[in-house]
Amino acid sequence: MIDNLSALGSVETQKAGGLLLSLKTIVARAYPRVIGAQREKSWMFFDVFLPMLAVSAYVFVYRAIDAPEEYIGFVVVGGAMTAFWLNVLWNMSSQLYWEKEQGNLALYIMAPNSMMAILLGMAIGGMLMTALRATAILVIGSLLFNVEYQVASFWQLFAVFMLTMVALYGMGMMSASMFLLLSREAWHLANLAQEPIYLVSGFYFPIRSFSFWIAAGASLIPLTLGLDAMRQLVFPSGAALGFLTVGVEILILLLLSVIFVIGARFLLAHLEKLSIREGRLTESRR
Amino acid sequence: MSSPGIASTGERGSGLGFWRSFRMAAWLGWQIESNWTDPFLFAIYSFVKPISTAAILVVMYGIITQGDFESPIFTYMYLGNAFYIYVGAVMAGVSWAVIDDREHYKTLKYMYVAPINIPMYLFGRGVAKFVVGSISVFITIVFGLLFLHLRIELSAINWPLFFLALTIGVIMLAMMGLILAGVTLLIAHHVWFLGEAVAGALYLFSGAIFPLEVLPPAIRWIGYIIPITYWLELIRRSLVGEVAEAFPTLQGLSSQQILGILVALTIIFTILAVVVFRWAEKRAKERGLIDMVTNY
Repeated sequence: MIDNLSALGSVETQKAGGLLLSLKTIVARAYPRVIGAQREKSWMFFDVFLPMLAVSAYVFVYRAIDAPEEYIGFVVVGGAMTAFWLNVLWNMSSQLYWEKEQGNLALYIMAPNSMMAILLGMAIGGMLMTALRATAILVIGSLLFNVEYQVASFWQLFAVFMLTMVALYGMGMMSASMFLLLSREAWHLANLAQEPIYLVSGFYFPIRSFSFWIAAGASLIPLTLGLDAMRQLVFPSGAALGFLTVGVEILILLLLSVIFVIGARFLLAHLEKLSIREGRLTESRR
Repeated sequence: MSSPGIASTGERGSGLGFWRSFRMAAWLGWQIESNWTDPFLFAIYSFVKPISTAAILVVMYGIITQGDFESPIFTYMYLGNAFYIYVGAVMAGVSWAVIDDREHYKTLKYMYVAPINIPMYLFGRGVAKFVVGSISVFITIVFGLLFLHLRIELSAINWPLFFLALTIGVIMLAMMGLILAGVTLLIAHHVWFLGEAVAGALYLFSGAIFPLEVLPPAIRWIGYIIPITYWLELIRRSLVGEVAEAFPTLQGLSSQQILGILVALTIIFTILAVVVFRWAEKRAKERGLIDMVTNY
């Protein structure tokens, strides 16, 4: 008996801590997102096929009004990127609210891991699955509508995409921590941030169509500059319709990435304490 | 003796039982939809979303046509988009209640053991979205009239046709919502808003924002078998007769003929909705999905 207890004790001392614990937490939280998609194949129809049809509607609007062909490509690329915005909005920002309602949030806080690692796990799992969806929309859309790409610089394109993702999911982690304080309104606020962001971030048209200050304000959302830079890099006429030069946009995205990731860390720590103090972690105002 | 407001077993399948299920669900849906904030914020919430959706199209159109908002195609597109809000709202309102009750409030199993009629309950839950959708449609059209020179003359509107088409259309959309509710009973909540996703997809085929002639012939026929196409055409004809009739899609048909087709398709979708929902409900019970919780 004593041997068994000491064996248990030795197991306890072998528990992961520090960086290893964080890595394990990240993998553990990312796991259900990736594996969930394998168990429920229905998402392929609902998350790829249906959004593809919605994107096609905007393509045909441009065709109905005789728009130049490059606008078709703009819509396909923008449509693919909507998957990332929806993922950040529903599976990052409002996810903590949903976890609270399900009773998981209290378990996350009680567990010996950091909340930052949980958010990172959500982000990485979500990003992987969303990248699949976005790629499917991009490939199918490009084939269906004969979109031609002419990549100016693969390195810049890679840098833009990665920085956009880091900044975007950093922003998602930041807003997720703010959603810790919210209750039912979290749901509606996320709902409210869908179409207005499609509009101001120029998902279906070049952001340059807006005045400088509106476009500059919209640039706080990483997808705005990310999309603009990607369009400039993959379409021959993209540069002429770009908001800022690609170099400047990369620099701003880099800055946004740093601000959002550091901001998420501080905000999470602060709001976690605040929500514990105010007893909001387990509240369920229905 | 039964308590007031509670349907007895005998009343469950009767007209009175249906009405009670519907009325209480409508009240519940409205509370869920609206009491999360103060009326001011709720009003902002109700108009920012539809105006943004309309503005995406307006900006796309404005960029390409250099702001030619006098063109009939703009009125066609704008009105189609405005009334299409109902499609997402009603279908999502009815189908979302399944996930909301099953996974959020975890009350769907209690609904099944309560003396209520489930389809009527789901229709009732959709009422709140219908009301908010109506406000959104109204605001979008007023915005178009005030700022975008939308070509609607109040004196020329065919009000009886408008209200008749609107009523039939809402019934038809509720039936499509019931089909989706049945599907939702069988799937996990990967998809947050199935109703809106399907509405987004049907946007393509219904001629809501462009005439069906723009679609390739191979897929154009889909537009002719979905009732939303005829419903939107009737709404447009009732509001701006000569603008709507100028487009070739249903030019060869009179408003009465289109109304007849809409009624026939609504009846077909009603039968389909009842059959699909009953089948899905049976499958969900067999597979133990009524109280499924999925959290990825």
